[in-house]
Amino acid sequence: MKLNLKVWRQKGAATGGKFETYTVEANEHMSFLEMLDVLNEQLIAEQKEPVSFEHDCREGICGTCSMVINGHPHGPMKGTTTCQLHMRHFNDGETITIEPFRSNSFPVIKDLVVDRSSFDRIIQSGGYISVNTGQAQDGNAIPIEKDLASEAFDAATCIGCGACVAACPNASAMLFTSAKISHLNMMPQGEVEASQRVLNMVNQMDVEGFGACSNVTACEAECPKEISVKNIARVNREYFAASLASEKTSSK
Amino acid sequence: MNWFVRFLTSSIGKKLIMSLTGLFLCLFLVVHLAGNLQLLLDDGGEAFNIYAYMMTHNPLIKAVSYGTYFFIILHAIQGIILAIQNRKARSSRYAVTVTRTTGTNSFAARQMALLGSLILVFLGIHMGDFWWKMKSGQTSMVKYDSFELEVQNLYEKVEASFAVEWIVIFYVIAMIGLSFHLLHGFQSAFQTLGLNHKKYTPFIKALGKGFAIIIPALFALIPLYYMFVK
Repeated sequence: MKLNLKVWRQKGAATGGKFETYTVEANEHMSFLEMLDVLNEQLIAEQKEPVSFEHDCREGICGTCSMVINGHPHGPMKGTTTCQLHMRHFNDGETITIEPFRSNSFPVIKDLVVDRSSFDRIIQSGGYISVNTGQAQDGNAIPIEKDLASEAFDAATCIGCGACVAACPNASAMLFTSAKISHLNMMPQGEVEASQRVLNMVNQMDVEGFGACSNVTACEAECPKEISVKNIARVNREYFAASLASEKTSSK
Repeated sequence: MNWFVRFLTSSIGKKLIMSLTGLFLCLFLVVHLAGNLQLLLDDGGEAFNIYAYMMTHNPLIKAVSYGTYFFIILHAIQGIILAIQNRKARSSRYAVTVTRTTGTNSFAARQMALLGSLILVFLGIHMGDFWWKMKSGQTSMVKYDSFELEVQNLYEKVEASFAVEWIVIFYVIAMIGLSFHLLHGFQSAFQTLGLNHKKYTPFIKALGKGFAIIIPALFALIPLYYMFVK
């Protein structure tokens, strides 16, 4: 299949970018990233600079691949990462627009590669539990109800790719932050630091300059792991409780 | 920073203010509509004028009305600040924009600030036309047998305004804007408050849709009735 690609090319964070148009011969069994590999082989053969894009596991679980394809982060397929998106979902002769995730908190490093370390700093501010190391814990020592465990697990499936930010008209990171807070706060192990966690992580999210959530739900619609906006409501509740009822304040 | 200021100026705190003021204004809409529906009575404005007198002279209602002015201003200013801040969070725009949503009207959700601005312009014209004219005494006085005092004839002003074509058209457009604003805003307010529950959310969403259609439709009915029926 023949495809016309409109790809965002940008040398670095400081320079502006623009679209370049390429034609690539792909087949429908290729993944989207494999199709881009073909494009890059072609560009290298022509002694041109290949398109930079991020990828790692190519199994849909690491959260490294990004890019906005025809206006959708990770492409038009629901619940799919870019690496798991296959070319059979596109038509022969189609023009595909490929852009980086756009948010001031995700500055472009090069072409389609963006710096998502703002997410790392949100995790560092509270996305962990404090435990003493030593013998491995008995997995069944703390009983947890099945439904609760499942809900926490659903939140924990967030791969931290940033598609929620890319999809949100406000570039808000509430879906990511709320998933990370929820999956820990719902568990007995996470409950210990629950108030401090929600205060610190929401504060760090604001410091990073993400927009505020206005419940558009574009994040949930575009999330490759289909994380629910229920987590956002939960974190709002917990933030009110931690701010107004607990004696804690954000530690920064 | 003081913990309370920090709470209210956080991204979630700002949304809490939008949510609470928004829900209060939803209540205001119901009360305002209940009063306005008296304009559909065929009594030469008697019930409406006496009601308007009561609304402007009862001390309790007056106190609530100052609260309402304050909440309208707060909701508008906070909304504008949020819209600007949210826009600043993404300075390079997408070449292709599609908004896929799961639980709300995507047009309304995206255009809340624009719809809100339309409502704000409407409020300016609306209050200038009725509220200001009444406050500054640009109305004639009328006496009814059923009420001991002479009251301002606001009904006459309503009749005059709703005979003007562009005012009626603008009112209807503003009410369509309000409808979309409520379509997203009503249920969104509950989500912001943290109320997302398997048992209650479907009810809130259905109620929100009903509210967003019925309330603005009844408001719009009044100028249309004056223009075409009366």
